[in-house]
Amino acid sequence: MTPMIDIRNLSVTFTGRGKAVRAVDDVSLSVAPGEVVALLGESGSGKSVTLRSLLRLHPKNRSRMEGTIRVDGEDVLALSPRALADYRGRKVSMIFQDPGLAMDPVYTVGRQIVETIRRHESVSTAEAEARALALFKKVSIPAPERRLAAYPSSMSGGMRQRAMIALALACNPKVLLADEPTTALDATVQIQILLLLRDLQRELGLSVIFVTHDIGVAVEVADRVAVMYAGRIVEEGKVADVVRTPRHPYTRGLLAARVEHAVPGSRLETIPGAPPDLAELPAGCAFRERCVVAEPRCAAERPAFVQRSPTRGDACLLTG
Amino acid sequence: MTGPLSPASTRNAESVWPPEVWRAPKKTVLDPRDRGGPAQPLLSVTGLVKHFKVGGSPFGEGTVVRAVDGVDFDLIKGETLGIVGESGCGKSTTARLLMQLMPPDAGRLVFDGEELGGALSLTEYRRQVQMVFQDSYASLNPRLTIEDSIAFGPQVHGLPARQAIARAHDLLDRVGLEPARFAGRFPHELSGGQRQRINIARALAMNPRLVILDEAVSALDKSVEAQVLNLLMDLKQEFNLTYIFISHDLNVVRFMVDRVLVMYLGKVAELGGRDAVFNQPAHPYTAALLASMPSMDPDHRVERPPLTGDPPNPINPPPGCRFHPRCAVAEAVCSVKEPEMAATGTDRAGARHAAACLMRAAGSGHSRAPAVAVPA
Repeated sequence: MTPMIDIRNLSVTFTGRGKAVRAVDDVSLSVAPGEVVALLGESGSGKSVTLRSLLRLHPKNRSRMEGTIRVDGEDVLALSPRALADYRGRKVSMIFQDPGLAMDPVYTVGRQIVETIRRHESVSTAEAEARALALFKKVSIPAPERRLAAYPSSMSGGMRQRAMIALALACNPKVLLADEPTTALDATVQIQILLLLRDLQRELGLSVIFVTHDIGVAVEVADRVAVMYAGRIVEEGKVADVVRTPRHPYTRGLLAARVEHAVPGSRLETIPGAPPDLAELPAGCAFRERCVVAEPRCAAERPAFVQRSPTRGDACLLTG
Repeated sequence: MTGPLSPASTRNAESVWPPEVWRAPKKTVLDPRDRGGPAQPLLSVTGLVKHFKVGGSPFGEGTVVRAVDGVDFDLIKGETLGIVGESGCGKSTTARLLMQLMPPDAGRLVFDGEELGGALSLTEYRRQVQMVFQDSYASLNPRLTIEDSIAFGPQVHGLPARQAIARAHDLLDRVGLEPARFAGRFPHELSGGQRQRINIARALAMNPRLVILDEAVSALDKSVEAQVLNLLMDLKQEFNLTYIFISHDLNVVRFMVDRVLVMYLGKVAELGGRDAVFNQPAHPYTAALLASMPSMDPDHRVERPPLTGDPPNPINPPPGCRFHPRCAVAEAVCSVKEPEMAATGTDRAGARHAAACLMRAAGSGHSRAPAVAVPA
């Protein structure tokens, strides 16, 4: 089956003031139609930058993208500004961590949805309004007629996130990108939004890339997970496989450091140190300095991502 | 389930970096600062209330947010008490009231047998109670070096500058940051995890007995969070501390605390030992909160959200039990009668377990209420 999203050897470098920073380094990832892939990583791992590359959201004069991105057969990096504007929201749309910042505070939520629909399709305002109402019902917003006339600031966090999901789905995209959409929410609301996304994804057959720092969230929503560290994918596989038998020392460390299954009051296993500075990455494997099983050859050679089986791969010299 | 790393390699890792402050747990010696003896609660909170006025003009009424609406609890010496709840439940306001960062509208604080404002002055109380906040950057002065930040409090309280700096260096060492490398740096030169270690060192500089940790690890990356949690447990032993640990992350709370206090809309919903609350929650709200945690099991994902709707607004709390509009087992009586804390038993460690639910109160009129009250 041809993948819906096919990222090949993507690198993103931010130039601007001072030293150039390579935030994403030679990342390849493909997502099948109707598949949910979680990008898991800490701050600075490059997960959000990878996601934003799919909509080309990086500042043009301060960033450089290399590699290829194909979405539904279309070469994203070659799109003209006009074609890009058609592509955004129509084929691929995105939901953000903070819907309060992503939505326009001076227009009602309903008007923003209507505007989006009419930007992409030639339909009447009345028709677009009817579709907005249907969308609000679909994302289970209580009293949808009243909420369409509300401003983003007068909605609670969970309600705003539902409204943003409605906005993202307004033009029936094939791909939904989610950038930590539940991180700012309470646990009780987070689980509601995760289940809503899971249901909508199934119903609409969406391909989803879901960026998160929380393994628990990845397990709830994703089919596959790709773990990122210092701008690269270090491990990839089915969620159940990665969670049960992690291979890369970083993934193993992350899972071992979790408090969920630790005996209360016992000492936690930890990954020593902190994530590296992307502007001054060490030679060889970027995780080497924090790695408990590192060998001298890890400093000499940077491990490439190797597909070990049809469904699994990692980037470690010692797991082969 | 996680394929643990071999013990030998783990030890090896800890000797590299950062230097972990792991020392053999000391036996609990009698603290010379102790006044009331081990049975006296370190902090006794009674009838704590804080309402905020929003809107309105100097002449008009506006509305009232009942952020904290009558909270009582005792903090046992040497324990870690967790406070959990959704946003808007009043957990951070409670922390700020305990720290006296704002005046409560009503309520008494008794610290080790001495009433605040009576036998105990605010200056002395503040020496004994310290706080660590979520935002590690905003809580440090960007123009002060690390050592000056840590030495600032003791100097204000009368310690000569030279001694205060020496103490700062000692504390930096204890929180796992080399004084020679870090003392002269500024907050923006450090990572989030390092800054949070500084904030912990600064809280300890006053030699407090109670440290309030308000979402202190929530902003850290998972791999760094584990390091800081280990550090907090070591320091608790070493400095004979009592913690109030506030977090929205129930997994971290379960790991850290001895007892848990669950808050809902400014009131205590449940209070009990960690195992009792996590294994047999007595309040339907606690049960729903626990069921909202991601399952971590790809074969048994959560299928239905345990609670619908957002946390309600503390501006107009519903009458009767505040949780009744979202409660699956609510009955007519719940919208009329406000539940009091009722004992549900004692756990193995001897901690009392109580919940503010009509199902737990004998003769409340709820069909699932017990016939006879459980003795407290």
